[in-house]
Amino acid sequence: MMSLALDAFSWILLLMGSAFVIIGGIGALRMPDLYTRMHAASVTDSTAPLLILTGLMLQADVGLYALKLGAILVFLLLSGPAASNALASAALLWGDGTNSKNTEDSP
Amino acid sequence: MFTVTSAAIAITMALALVRAIKGPSQYDRILAVNMIGTKTVLLLSALAFLMGRPDFLDLALAYALINFIGVLAVLEFFRIKTKGADS
Repeated sequence: MMSLALDAFSWILLLMGSAFVIIGGIGALRMPDLYTRMHAASVTDSTAPLLILTGLMLQADVGLYALKLGAILVFLLLSGPAASNALASAALLWGDGTNSKNTEDSP
Repeated sequence: MFTVTSAAIAITMALALVRAIKGPSQYDRILAVNMIGTKTVLLLSALAFLMGRPDFLDLALAYALINFIGVLAVLEFFRIKTKGADS
């Protein structure tokens, strides 16, 4: 009974993570300019690993695998926002043009 | 269930690849490459449970480390290319 509840909970987490991944991918493809695309991609960088790796962690029966998944999760949560910050500041400071260059269909 | 998650991650990698090919500026391409790297880590983790070979988790951990360093290295290359090495 307990394992069934854990299975159901991890399935819910995995499905929610898949939904967030798909939504972020569609957003990164269809958003109009660079910073909004970065916003959509940050969803798949922080929320989706949190849900998917937690769901996988509930499925791991050996403690070492759960520990490795936790290490991957901690590192992704540390490095994803840092990479996004570096990319945004690089595009803002050293970008070779104004915002209109990064926009596909600027008014 | 792992199949659904792996398929969703693979679809998102394809969308990010389209963005990397289409992207008007170089920062869009770096953003797409960063997305693909993160999705690779997630896909390796899901495949480890899908195929029943949890050794893939070590590969996922190593790839997460390499991906972050790679993005920072490319951004530093852009800084040097635009502003010169001494700024």
